[in-house]
Amino acid sequence: MNMRALPLYVTIGIFLVAYLICWIQFPNMLSTRVVGNLLTDNAYLGIVAVGMTVVIISGGIDLSVGSVIAFSGVFIAVMLRDTGLHPLAVFAILLALTTAFGGAMGWLIDRLAMPAFIVTLAGMFLARGAAYLLSIESVPISHPFYQSLQGAYWLMPGKGRLTLIGLLMLFTFCVGMIMMHKTRFGASVYAIGGGEATAALMGVRQGRTTVKVYAFSGLMAGLSGIVFSVYTGSGYSLATVGTELTAIAAVVIGGTLLTGGAGYVFGTLIGVLTMGLIQTYIVFDGTLSSWWTKIVTGLLLLLFILLQKGLVRLSESRLVAREG
Amino acid sequence: MHGTLKRLAPQLIALATLIALVSVFYPGFLSVSLNDGRLVGPVVDVLKRSAPVALLAVGMTLVIATRGIDLSVGATMAICGAVAAYAVSAGYGLPVAMLLAIGAGLLAGLWNGCLVAIVGVQPFVATLILMTAGRGIAQLITEGRILTFTDPAFAFLGSGNLLGLPMPTWIWICVAVLTTLLMRRTALGLLIEAIGINRRASALAGVNAVVLLIAVYMAMGFCAALAGLVVTADIRGADANNAGLWLELDAILAVVIGGNSLLGGRFSIAASVIGALIIQTISIGIRLAGFPSEYNLLIKAVLVVVILVLQSPRFGTEWHYWRQQLQFKRLREGKIAK
Repeated sequence: MNMRALPLYVTIGIFLVAYLICWIQFPNMLSTRVVGNLLTDNAYLGIVAVGMTVVIISGGIDLSVGSVIAFSGVFIAVMLRDTGLHPLAVFAILLALTTAFGGAMGWLIDRLAMPAFIVTLAGMFLARGAAYLLSIESVPISHPFYQSLQGAYWLMPGKGRLTLIGLLMLFTFCVGMIMMHKTRFGASVYAIGGGEATAALMGVRQGRTTVKVYAFSGLMAGLSGIVFSVYTGSGYSLATVGTELTAIAAVVIGGTLLTGGAGYVFGTLIGVLTMGLIQTYIVFDGTLSSWWTKIVTGLLLLLFILLQKGLVRLSESRLVAREG
Repeated sequence: MHGTLKRLAPQLIALATLIALVSVFYPGFLSVSLNDGRLVGPVVDVLKRSAPVALLAVGMTLVIATRGIDLSVGATMAICGAVAAYAVSAGYGLPVAMLLAIGAGLLAGLWNGCLVAIVGVQPFVATLILMTAGRGIAQLITEGRILTFTDPAFAFLGSGNLLGLPMPTWIWICVAVLTTLLMRRTALGLLIEAIGINRRASALAGVNAVVLLIAVYMAMGFCAALAGLVVTADIRGADANNAGLWLELDAILAVVIGGNSLLGGRFSIAASVIGALIIQTISIGIRLAGFPSEYNLLIKAVLVVVILVLQSPRFGTEWHYWRQQLQFKRLREGKIAK
């Protein structure tokens, strides 16, 4: 068995067992309605987690995404309110903006050789501050195009709704998987995460790849912001505080190594769904408080970090044994 | 003494410039008056309100000196505040409540320290666990409500006055001075720096890195507990959701403004505390000068970037490179002109 894929198998196993437990307790859990809602409610988190997976596999971290999502929502709402632009044009401007923002952070990280988390921390302050400057109050979006976006869904058998944003999330995951596992860029990202020196020896252009990685994360954060604004129908500068941590947690629970170099985009999808499942279970149960979500997420994080640590040690001792 | 001043000069100059700048917009910034035996004025306000960040910055300086980071301090503050408020409202009295809160903080530090030093998880990742789960634990203690209390002795910790100065100010000054003495009058500071520069080498040189690392994270927990007590006492209630929210970032920012390298090694607690004062002066100054407080985050972001650029190990080479390019360009243009 491929040792690298073990965390992925564990992730899938935990998800299936958790779903089984939920299903035994509440048979309705398996209805397409619940599945549809699971996808819709976690669409913005899933999309941003795809970007985070790429960043983490490259050995970095992006703390700015939560603020960028909030900024995107406010930006869209204010643009639609104050200008006569069509939402699609606003989306295009926004995505260009967030991609450039991410790319700029990547450039700083590469050029200054500073830890990614402190550079993206500055980005987090910047994006949140920019959102505040645009508007402190929640701005409603009442464009007819938005209403058609919100109403767009495909009725699954069993009356479950597969919404447009849920589909968009699944599509994003597909794009992420193809990009990471089938393209030269994906291979470069894995190489950088595995070790900068080896990547350089392999001929990976480190600076360029780093900029692209963070630009991609910025693009995903912007897309997630669009989805979030469709989901909530408004833009609010205080929204999605701490989403970056939820996304990191989803990536780690999905089996990606936080030190970089190993992980699967598909695992992140399962990670996002597992976290969504915990929330759904708490809603179904009705007596549990929502803070259990945080505690269970923390426990899952611990479990996966320890598992990965153990795996890394095991492979190291194997290497030593082979050499010795 | 001369060395210390030289080390602190950039931070002191920054603080002085900032105060001058705020004074331009709000001339009364430096005015302090005696009212009912207590000092009143914007400066005293800065000294009082910087208490949580300054306390955290003391601990964070030590953690960062070991090449670590602690993201869980905000959540630890929430836990300790909740424990203290719970104990006080259950009628245990202030000393027991304080001991319980500090015990909770030390326990949080022990947990982080063990993960970092014994299990060997990266500090950033290890403390992320408590950061995620910590607020849930705090809410478990407060049962999701804001636990309020009326104990006057506890409230004194947050809003009382001693010899004219607010109580929180005394607390952070005491912690900062005692920690500095402990670090600089013994070899402890040196050993911590050794771990931060090269943990393997320090271990080979006979430094007990494991015990020392755990102790450093426990010291961080202790500082977070004190900060949590001050915040809880100030609002006379434990708010599991908002107590210490974002403060881990402010504390890291204070340490970075203090000129301490995030890559570990040499540290200065005094500089970090001045960093905390700078942050607080900015946020109070912005409010007094009549700007909307939304500028606060933008200014912090710009500050971080500027400091990063200055601190960057590549800044020197980069600067050299661009100057060389410019010279080449000039030479080439000169040739063409000829």
